[in-house]
Amino acid sequence: MSDPAVIHVSELTKIFNVPEREAGLRAAVKSLFRRKTRDVTAVDAISFEIGPGEVVGFLGPNGAGKTTTLKMLSGLLYPSSGEGRVLGHVPSRREKDYLRQITLVMGNRNQLQWDLPALDSFELNRAIYRLRREEFLQTRDELIGLLDIEDLVRKPVRNLSLGERMKVEVVGSLLHLPRVLFLDEPTIGLDVTMQKRIRSFIAEYNRRHGATVLLTSHYMADVVALCKRVIVIHHGRILFDGALSALSDRFAAYKTIEVDLADGSVSLEAYGEVLEREGDRAKLRVPKADTPRIAARLLGEQEVADLTIEDPPIEDVIELVFAEGAQ
Amino acid sequence: MSTVATPQAGRVRSMVDFYLTTMRTQVQTQFQYRVATYMYLVGMVAEPVIYLVVWTTIADSHGGSVEGITAGQFAAYYIVWTLVRNMNIVFTPYGWEWRIREGTFSGLMLRPLHPIHYDLADFAGGKVIWVLLYLPIAAALALIFKPTFDVTPLEIVVFFFAIWGAYLIRSMLLWLLGMVSFWTTRGSAIFETYVMAELLLSGRLVPLPLMPDWAQTLANWLPFKWSFYFPIEVLVGHLSAASLIGGLGMQAVWITIGSLAVWVCWRASAKHYTAVGN
Repeated sequence: MSDPAVIHVSELTKIFNVPEREAGLRAAVKSLFRRKTRDVTAVDAISFEIGPGEVVGFLGPNGAGKTTTLKMLSGLLYPSSGEGRVLGHVPSRREKDYLRQITLVMGNRNQLQWDLPALDSFELNRAIYRLRREEFLQTRDELIGLLDIEDLVRKPVRNLSLGERMKVEVVGSLLHLPRVLFLDEPTIGLDVTMQKRIRSFIAEYNRRHGATVLLTSHYMADVVALCKRVIVIHHGRILFDGALSALSDRFAAYKTIEVDLADGSVSLEAYGEVLEREGDRAKLRVPKADTPRIAARLLGEQEVADLTIEDPPIEDVIELVFAEGAQ
Repeated sequence: MSTVATPQAGRVRSMVDFYLTTMRTQVQTQFQYRVATYMYLVGMVAEPVIYLVVWTTIADSHGGSVEGITAGQFAAYYIVWTLVRNMNIVFTPYGWEWRIREGTFSGLMLRPLHPIHYDLADFAGGKVIWVLLYLPIAAALALIFKPTFDVTPLEIVVFFFAIWGAYLIRSMLLWLLGMVSFWTTRGSAIFETYVMAELLLSGRLVPLPLMPDWAQTLANWLPFKWSFYFPIEVLVGHLSAASLIGGLGMQAVWITIGSLAVWVCWRASAKHYTAVGN
């Protein structure tokens, strides 16, 4: 990589010390005298680097350590060990110069003034981030225009729907033109149209401002649309770090063959596992290594009108990665 | 190449801008709930009115005064009491517990500004409205209880600074208590103990001159008096110019001690923040 990394993470670890006790009155009384705690490793010595302008998907099941990592990188949480550096700053020092250059958007959290129109919250952000008024107005109008929310920003936030609120929330968090965006489930709970809107907005912001983005999302559509690279984390450990396209190559042991036959009644069990059958169309799951041979056999032995070979859906691949991690 | 917004020049100017903008935002929020705010204020008057009725009754049964304090002076005391109480309501540990549990504190921590500034500015904006709304209530109380006021221009000027001093002292103290929430999610239990000491040694429950000498001496060396009784005394007592200035000085000392304590504790607490919730 010719450019120095914007985000540099080395052996970053977070261990939480959590109290625990059995249920019931007896255990409650016992815990008054002897409090039992347990160390839970939320993030376990992870390392990665992200270059300038990269949009990276940070994937993992619930409790994998994604949000904890994002919180450490944004300076909210103090790491137990290891090193995190973002834009040359150590996030846990929470330097003002650092906080001015980042944003953390959490899909289920509202940072705007609930009772006031978003424009008032934007004005407050101007004062918080010490933005020059002309620059602020220009950025604000540009972002509002990009998301097409001119009519929303004048309504009290409490009167907005979840999706509308998320749109104004995202604009509010970008007014200071952060160079690094930590996005934690930015499209959670939104309908498909709204998700698309937020996605294209993030992509456009990244394109216009060259911002580096680390995104967590359970919606693979977000990841596919925005991220060329993904980091998969499970039980606090990184299972995969590479191109999204390489995920299937590495983890999917099979491909799917979709075939359109002239005669829909022929038996296909000999070629692979039949996933779907509808009239003349059929979908087969076949071992990845055997795919070319089976496709050739199908073409040779059957009267085929159309045949396509596909990688399994990304959701299935991710599931496989998690399953492997669990083992 | 990524762009980043250039900061407005001048740290002090920016800070003044931040305080004014936040206060303005809070004033607008209060306007959204003006009726609720008024009802809240009316409800708040119950406590001093009860004290006032009790002390007036005692004064009447003792030939018109208690320890030299007349019914009119009690009325003046509790009318100013309510104004000062309005001024020193700040973010309590209950609020801290809530914002840490709900994760809203994370938003404040992500800003390039110490979170205490937001609390100070936000509540200060609320004070503007609360005090304005209280004035008609104070007038009504004055009509009913006929307070005895003998106020000089200097006392009015000192009172203005003293109520903001009281606000800052209590803000610092409750911030210190609030930060306990970083270590335990039940910081409010300590707050209950604090409130008990404050009730007795601040002049909130009983005017300090009616307390035993040892309690009055103790009160002089603790912050509670300076965040409550002193501003009241400025208007209803007859303090010399030296005592007025000395009182402001004591407030400055407690604000400084509080600020330093907040600064030191914040560094440790922020490291301990576990961002519960989100």
